[in-house]
Amino acid sequence: MNNFIALICGLVFGFGLTIAQMVNPNKVLNFLDLFGSWDASLAFVMGGGVITYIIGYQLFIKKMKKPLLTENFNIPTNTVIDQKLIIGSTIFGIGWGIAGICPGPAIANITTGNEKILVFILLMVVGMLLAQKVKKR
Amino acid sequence: MTEFTPYSALIGGILIGLAALALMLLSGKIAGISGILTQLMNQFPIQLSWQVYFVLGLIIGPVLASPLGFTLPQSIDLSWAAVIIGGFLVGFGSRYGSGCTSGHGICGIGRFSKRSIAATVTFMASAIVTVFIIRHVIGA
Repeated sequence: MNNFIALICGLVFGFGLTIAQMVNPNKVLNFLDLFGSWDASLAFVMGGGVITYIIGYQLFIKKMKKPLLTENFNIPTNTVIDQKLIIGSTIFGIGWGIAGICPGPAIANITTGNEKILVFILLMVVGMLLAQKVKKR
Repeated sequence: MTEFTPYSALIGGILIGLAALALMLLSGKIAGISGILTQLMNQFPIQLSWQVYFVLGLIIGPVLASPLGFTLPQSIDLSWAAVIIGGFLVGFGSRYGSGCTSGHGICGIGRFSKRSIAATVTFMASAIVTVFIIRHVIGA
């Protein structure tokens, strides 16, 4: 059952990314280009997504002891804003600003078979594995 | 230039939010793509875990949008350098910083997590500065 739910949630997530056109790097880069050819569309994507989540989480999930179908919520307990969080996020932002692709859209674009997408994913995986090693030290 | 498309952007955003919300409500899991990918890579040999099903959905979902006229980009107008450097930094940074646009930007902010708010403000700022430097300082 949990696998089925994950499949449907992934499906709607990928469908939403495409309707929103966050899968298009040009659109993302123009959104980030505040001082040039600014396209504010993606503010509506992030706004729509986060407001929906805030409403659902704060009104319902927060008051629940456990999820409807599993035994517990897998939520991070760390609340410290540390160097790793800030350095990692800065690096992620630089990469996002260079390519206009973040992890979700990269995967969502796989079916195009575009070589640049496949190479992007490969390098992204290498980066993740390396970060995981560095982080453990 | 790209066209300003607030309505489809808002609808798409709400769908993304609903998908992430449903995963938390039903299964108690965070729909953070970089986190899910990392968990996948750590499952070796690969198992048919929920992460595999989520990623499968993420790949099929865009295909279902195409009959409605919303398609994946046919070509990627990025240089190979941008693809390679960008891909590496996105992977490294999202893992080192414990999340990306989905995990911090939607789920984390949605929980009012201070860490996620700090992370999102940081990567938005660094992405905007990066685009400014590339497009308006270097002029690429």
